This record gives sequence, structure tokens and C-alpha cells, in this order.
Amino acid sequence: MKILVCITHVPDTTSRIAFTDGNTKFDSSGVQYIIGPYDDYAIARAVELKESNGASVTVLNVGGAETEPTIRKALAIGADDAVRVNAAPTDALFVAKQIANVAKNGGYDMILMGRESIDYNGGQVHAMVGELLGIPSLSPVMKLEVDGNAAKMSREVEGGKEFVEVAMPFVAGCQEPIAEWRIPNMRGIMTARTKPLNVVEPVATDEAVAYVKYEQPAPKAGVKMAHSVEELVDLLKNDAKVL
Amino acid sequence: MSILVVVESSEGKLKKASREAVCYAAQVGGDVIALSLGDTPEAELATLGANGASKVLNVAGSFSSSEEAAVAVSEAMNSIDANLLVMAQSAKADMIGGRVAVKQDAALVSNVVGLPDTTNGFSVKVSIFSSKAFAHVALKKDKKILIVSKNTVDVKEEGGSANVEAFSVSLPDSKVKVTGEEKASGDILLTDAEIVVSGGRGLKGPENWGMVEDLAKTLGAATGCSKPVSDMDWRPHSEHVGQTGIKVAPTLYIAIGISGAIQHLAGVNSSKYIVVINKDEEAPFFKAADYGIVGDAFEVVPKLTEAIKALK
Ligand SMILES: Cc1cc2nc3c(=O)[nH]c(=O)nc-3n(C[C@H](O)[C@H](O)[C@H](O)COP(=O)(O)OP(=O)(O)OC[C@H]3O[C@@H](n4cnc5c(N)ncnc54)[C@H](O)[C@@H]3O)c2cc1C
Ligand SMILES: Nc1ncnc2c1ncn2[C@@H]1O[C@H](COP(=O)(O)O)[C@@H](O)[C@H]1O
Repeated sequence: MKILVCITHVPDTTSRIAFTDGNTKFDSSGVQYIIGPYDDYAIARAVELKESNGASVTVLNVGGAETEPTIRKALAIGADDAVRVNAAPTDALFVAKQIANVAKNGGYDMILMGRESIDYNGGQVHAMVGELLGIPSLSPVMKLEVDGNAAKMSREVEGGKEFVEVAMPFVAGCQEPIAEWRIPNMRGIMTARTKPLNVVEPVATDEAVAYVKYEQPAPKAGVKMAHSVEELVDLLKNDAKVL
Repeated sequence: MSILVVVESSEGKLKKASREAVCYAAQVGGDVIALSLGDTPEAELATLGANGASKVLNVAGSFSSSEEAAVAVSEAMNSIDANLLVMAQSAKADMIGGRVAVKQDAALVSNVVGLPDTTNGFSVKVSIFSSKAFAHVALKKDKKILIVSKNTVDVKEEGGSANVEAFSVSLPDSKVKVTGEEKASGDILLTDAEIVVSGGRGLKGPENWGMVEDLAKTLGAATGCSKPVSDMDWRPHSEHVGQTGIKVAPTLYIAIGISGAIQHLAGVNSSKYIVVINKDEEAPFFKAADYGIVGDAFEVVPKLTEAIKALK
């Protein structure tokens, strides 16, 4: 079985989000980058499947050279090799076209992604890749078991979950509790250094969207503290008018 | 210009977010035509006229995969010659939108929180970094798809009723077979709820959720929780709120015994009002709150429930 896992390289969830150059650029100074938390579920499930069913796991990132430490971390968790498409990820369709281009001749049985990236939170790349490759795409997937040439999954739908069966190949956007996040161990970190990381050039596409300007949310006006339950109810009733 | 709006319903009732999407399209301006996939009653669909739809296209049948739904949406766009597709944010909308964007060679943005600015091209404001920031995004293709966040516009009810027409499409065979389903506990959807009552590790154990549920029931609210609470299986994963869980946008969010870690805040900062109940006056959540009370949840919550009951 061949599994492709697509990972993002994103600011740590505790990062202060700020902008520079007249609010036209993300301020990356002092920011720690991590594998997207949902992508971390995807990679963890891929490595579990490798251990239980036998599989080769390739990780893929569309990004500049600065993402390589993040890619190496995925290799340390247990992926076998990696591909970096050497381009700044400008928008979802651009990224999807790059992923589809890598995947189309790769013979992957499944392409695992995160439910969404945590920077632009689009949640669209999986559907686009599915459409470009003409295969099903499912998200958010909370459970994934392989059964012969198909997979049994549970996916979140509004108001509950649905159990589905899908023939391979497919794209799945992962979320908890599909797997336990994995922390690389020393041996993993050592072997990751020599695992292959292939850099490929992007395919050309036209620009669909452009991020013109950024903005910080307005600060909260300040909390009103109640000194008793009666006062709290009064605030909710007469100040917020929500009761 | 024609605008297509895909609407969703649950248990035969249109979702509020879908009505918002129709109102959003009406404010953009143009002939607004809604598309319903599935089995929503015609009488219910006709009420979209009041929100600004001139017509509703109704595709009957069940849609188990986004591939099928995307074919129907794309064909509906072609048939009415739509340049703009609007959908309310949902897991389904994201899946359909991505596929339609490829089929139509359209520019797609999701998490839209404002009406388009057309003074210079076509741009919209979107939330990014889990609502920790916003971006203004220009859509550079003739065809555009906007996936709109909840509470972006108010629902207006003013027009009459819309004509409902059957719309038929030949769908591809679905490769996705649905074999079963499981309803979440509680009858109010977390993602749709007007009020959410959430509990954190401060509640000490699953046996103490009775008072959270009582408060939720009194308010007609859905229940949520922090990530450690669902990790420890005190509550189901479907209730986990935050950056890596459900993002909620209720009018009122009540956080009980939750410290207010940045990852939790990322899932709640689109709420209109936040109330924090915590025994530690230094809890970071107070900084993100509109109203707060320092106190032991085991005393405050039952009292609050009684006080609200007394009001009703
Ligand atoms: C990558 C990543 C993603 C994450 N994603 C999420 C996410 O999506 N959602 C999420 O919630 N977390 C997430 N977390 C975890 C997050 O960092 C916090 O650990 C978590 O939110 C803390 O949960 P808590 O507030 O319930 O518990 P705690 O931090 O332990 O807080 C408990 C609070 O209860 C109060 N308390 C205790 N006893 C009482 C009492 N009797 N009455 C009143 N108050 C009391 C305490 O003062 C304290 O403030 C994530 C973490 C990481 C690293
Ligand atoms: N630059 C990228 N490189 C590789 N995979 C990506 C990239 N951007 C997004 N993805 C994948 O697509 C998923 C959904 O991303 P998004 O549509 O941006 O929310 C992510 O969780 C990743 O698995």
C-alpha cells in the first residue's frame, strides 16, 4: 500500500499573529513553525497503517526551502520519504494542482491530509485534489480502517457521524480521534536526516485569488465582572439582552 | 447577473445559515436563485422568497458524496449562467465548493465575513488563523465562489414566496457507500446553536456534567467542552471546541472551568458574547470575555440555572 500525506508548515498554535509592510505581509519574526495539527493526525494514522498493514508513506509539502525542518519532523515520525514542491503556497487551487501533479503518476492508494490548515483554514484542498484526480474526497474523517481494496471510515456530519465505505484510491481530510499525535523519538530523528527529500519544481497555473491586505481583530472592550450570580443574570438580561 | 445559493436543511427545516447566505446574495445584488439538494419540503423552500430568492431549484434524491453534489451544483450554475456561487459555511459546503471551483475554473474563498467590495475588482474580507486575524482577498477569475461564515449578515424576511422548480441532473455513480449513521447526543447542533454552554477540566470529572446539562437545557443551549475533556473521554469528541475541534459562533458562549488557552479561544472568538465562570481570577479567559464571575463552578452554575429558570 502506498500512502501520500500532505502536510502544511504553519505557525505554532500559540503564535502571536502580526503583520508587517503596511499590513501586507505576515510577520514571521519569532514565530515557531510546526506541522499543521490536523496534518499531524494524518501522518500519525499513516504511520499506524504502515505498522499494522504494511505501507510506504511519502510526505508532501508545497513550500519554500524554509519548510524542510517541518518535513524532516514528519520523516522522524515515520514517513519513508518526502517531496517538496518548491513554491510559495499562494492559494488552495494552486496547492491542489501541485499535489495532484505529484500524485497522478504515483500510484498512491490513499492521500491523507488534515481537515484544514490552521493558517488560512480553507478546508478545500482535499476536495480540489479529489476533483483534479477524479477520485472521492472525504472530510472530516474521524476513523479510517483498511479492508481489502477499500477503506471503512467514519466522518463527521452535522448532528452526528456517518459510517462510509470507499474503494481506494481516495483523499481523506483527517481529524481527531483518527490517531494519537506522535512525537518523534531520538532514533526517528537520526534516521530522518538521511531519508530522501526530493525537491520538484511547480507546474504553472494562473492566479485565482490574491491576499491583498491583513487586519487584526478589534480588541475586546473589556470584561464586566459580576460579583454575584444575581448581578451576572442582570448583566445578561439588561446589558447583553440575551436572556 | 445570476447568483446561485446552495441551501441546506436539517430535518426538513432550512438552516438559518442558509437563509443568511440567500440574504447575503441578495445584498450583493442580482437575480438570486437557490438550489436545494435532497428532500426539503417544497413549502419550506418557497419561504426562501422572503429572504430574497426569486426561484428555488430542487434536486430530489440523496447525496452520499460531494462528487455527486458538485455535479448538480455545477450544472445548476451553467443552466442559470451564474457567475457567483454562495454557500453557507459547513463541512459539506467546503467539500462541494472545492470540486465546483475545479469544474468551473472559479476563484474560491471560504470563511467570508463581509460583503464584497467591488470598488476595485472584487474582494472580500475573510477570517484567517482561526479568527485571530482577517485578510482582504481579491478574486481574480470571472467565476467566483464564496463560502460565508455564520452571522455575516442578518436574516431579513420581507419578500413573498419563491417558485420551486424541479431540477434534474444525471449524477455519476457514487463511489462512497454510506453504511450507517449515529446521531450526536443532545438535540441542539453545536455548530448551529445560538447559545453554547461549555465545560473544562475545572469540572473535575464526567459525573459533574449534570449541572452543565441543566444550565444548557434551561437556556435551550448546546453543550461543548475543552480538548482535554474530550481527550479523557469525559465528553464525546463531537463536543470539543477550539482550534482543533468545532468552531462555534453563537450569540452567547458560557465557559465553565475552562482556562482560556489560545487554542480554545480560536474556536470561540466569533461568539457575540462570552461569559466566563472560573474560580481563578487570573484565568486568561477573562481577558477574552464580555462578562465574568470569579467563583466555584459547583456553587455558581446551579444558582445561575435557578436564577434563569426564575426569569422564565
Ligand atoms: C496543537 C494544539 C491544539 C489544541 N487545540 C485545542 C482545542 O481545539 N480546544 C481546546 O480546548 N484546547 C486545545 N488545546 C489544549 C489547550 O492548550 C489547553 O490545554 C486546554 O484548552 C485546557 O483545557 P481546560 O481549560 O479545560 O483545562 P485547564 O487549563 O486545566 O483549566 C481548568 C480551569 O478550570 C478552573 N477551575 C478549576 N476548578 C474550578 C472550579 N471548581 N470552578 C471554576 N473553575 C475551576 C481553573 O482555574 C482553570 O482555569 C490544544 C493544544 C495544542 C498543543
Ligand atoms: N502547502 C501545502 N502543502 C501540502 N499540503 C497542503 C498545503 N496546504 C494545504 N495542504 C493540505 O490540505 C489540507 C487542507 O488545507 P486547506 O484547504 O488549506 O485548509 C491541509 O490539512 C494539508 O493536508
